[in-house]
Amino acid sequence: MKLFHYAAPQNFYPVAGRLWPVLAMLATVLAVAGLWVGFMVAPSDAQQGQAYRIIYIHVPVSWMAMVIYLAMAFWSVLGLVFNTRLSGLMTRALAPTGVLLAFLSLWTGALWGKPMWGTYWVWDARLTSMLILLFLYLGYIALTSAIEDPRRSDRAGALVAVVGAVNVPIIYFSVKWWNTLHQGASVSLTQSPRMASIMLTGMLLMSLAIWFYAAAIALWRVRSLILERDSHAAWVQQLPEVQAYRLMRAAT
Amino acid sequence: MIWQSASEFWAMGGYGVYVWGSMGMSAALMALEVWLARVGRSQALDAVCEAMDAQALDAEISSSTVATPVAASRTQYLSRGSAS
Repeated sequence: MKLFHYAAPQNFYPVAGRLWPVLAMLATVLAVAGLWVGFMVAPSDAQQGQAYRIIYIHVPVSWMAMVIYLAMAFWSVLGLVFNTRLSGLMTRALAPTGVLLAFLSLWTGALWGKPMWGTYWVWDARLTSMLILLFLYLGYIALTSAIEDPRRSDRAGALVAVVGAVNVPIIYFSVKWWNTLHQGASVSLTQSPRMASIMLTGMLLMSLAIWFYAAAIALWRVRSLILERDSHAAWVQQLPEVQAYRLMRAAT
Repeated sequence: MIWQSASEFWAMGGYGVYVWGSMGMSAALMALEVWLARVGRSQALDAVCEAMDAQALDAEISSSTVATPVAASRTQYLSRGSAS
C-alpha cells in the first residue's frame, strides 16, 4: 500500500523536505492575516475591553496543544500495531512543540486570568487538566530520552502517548463536566459560535497558522531524527546535503 | 482603523502588560523553537559525518589487517559511540 511506502523513513524524508517550506510559508501568511484582523480590524469586547485580544493566541495554542497529543497517540497506535519505523520518529518530533504550546496555553491563560478573574491560577478542572497535559509531554520526553535502545524507547513512549490521550477529552469537556471558573466553549461543532464573526475570523486564521507552524516544525525535526537514526545507512550518507555538509566540515 | 494613535495601540486599554506579555512570550518561544530545530539539524548532520568517519576508519583497518574478532568488536564499538 502507498501509505506504508511512506512509513519507511527513507521514503518519508524527501516528502517532509518538500512539505515543510510550503507549510511554513502558509503559517507565516496566515499569522500575518490573523494578527491584522485580530489587532487592527476587530473591535474591543463589550465586557473585557482590549484584554480579550489574548484570545487570538490563547485559543489557537490550547487547541493545538491538544491536537498534537492526539497526533502523537495516533502515530503511537500505528507504531504499536504495524511496527512502522516512522511512527516513533514522528511521535518524538511532535513532543517538543506539544510542550511549547501547552506551556503557552497556561502562560497566556494566566495573563488573561489575572485581569479578568483576579488571579493567575486556580486549581480548576480546565486549568489543572491542561497542566497534566504539559506533564504528560514532559514525561514522554523524559522517558524516551532515558531509554537508549531506539526500539524499546519508541515502544515505551508510544504507551505513554496512548494512555495519556485519555486526558485530552477530559480537558475538552472539563468546562461542561465540572463547575469551573473557565468559560465554556466559544466555538463548538454543534452550536453556532458565540462570538462576533470578525473576532471568530481572526481566531480561526491564527488557529490555522499555529496548525501549519506545528506541522512545519515537526516535519523539520523529524528529518533530523531520521538522519540521526539512519546515520549508518548508505542512503543517508549519499544524500547531497550530507555530502555538502561533509565538505564544509572538512574545509573548516 | 480602530486605533487613534500608536500609544493607544500599545496600551491596549490598560491591559498592555497582559496582552503583550502573552503575544511576546509566544513569539519569543516560537523563535527559540525554530532556532533549536536548526541546531538539531546540524547536530544530526554531525552525527552522520561521525558515522561515516568511523566506517571509513574501520574499512581502512580491515583492509590492512586480516579480519579478527578485535576488528569486529571495534566496528561495534565505533558504531555505538556515534549513534548516541
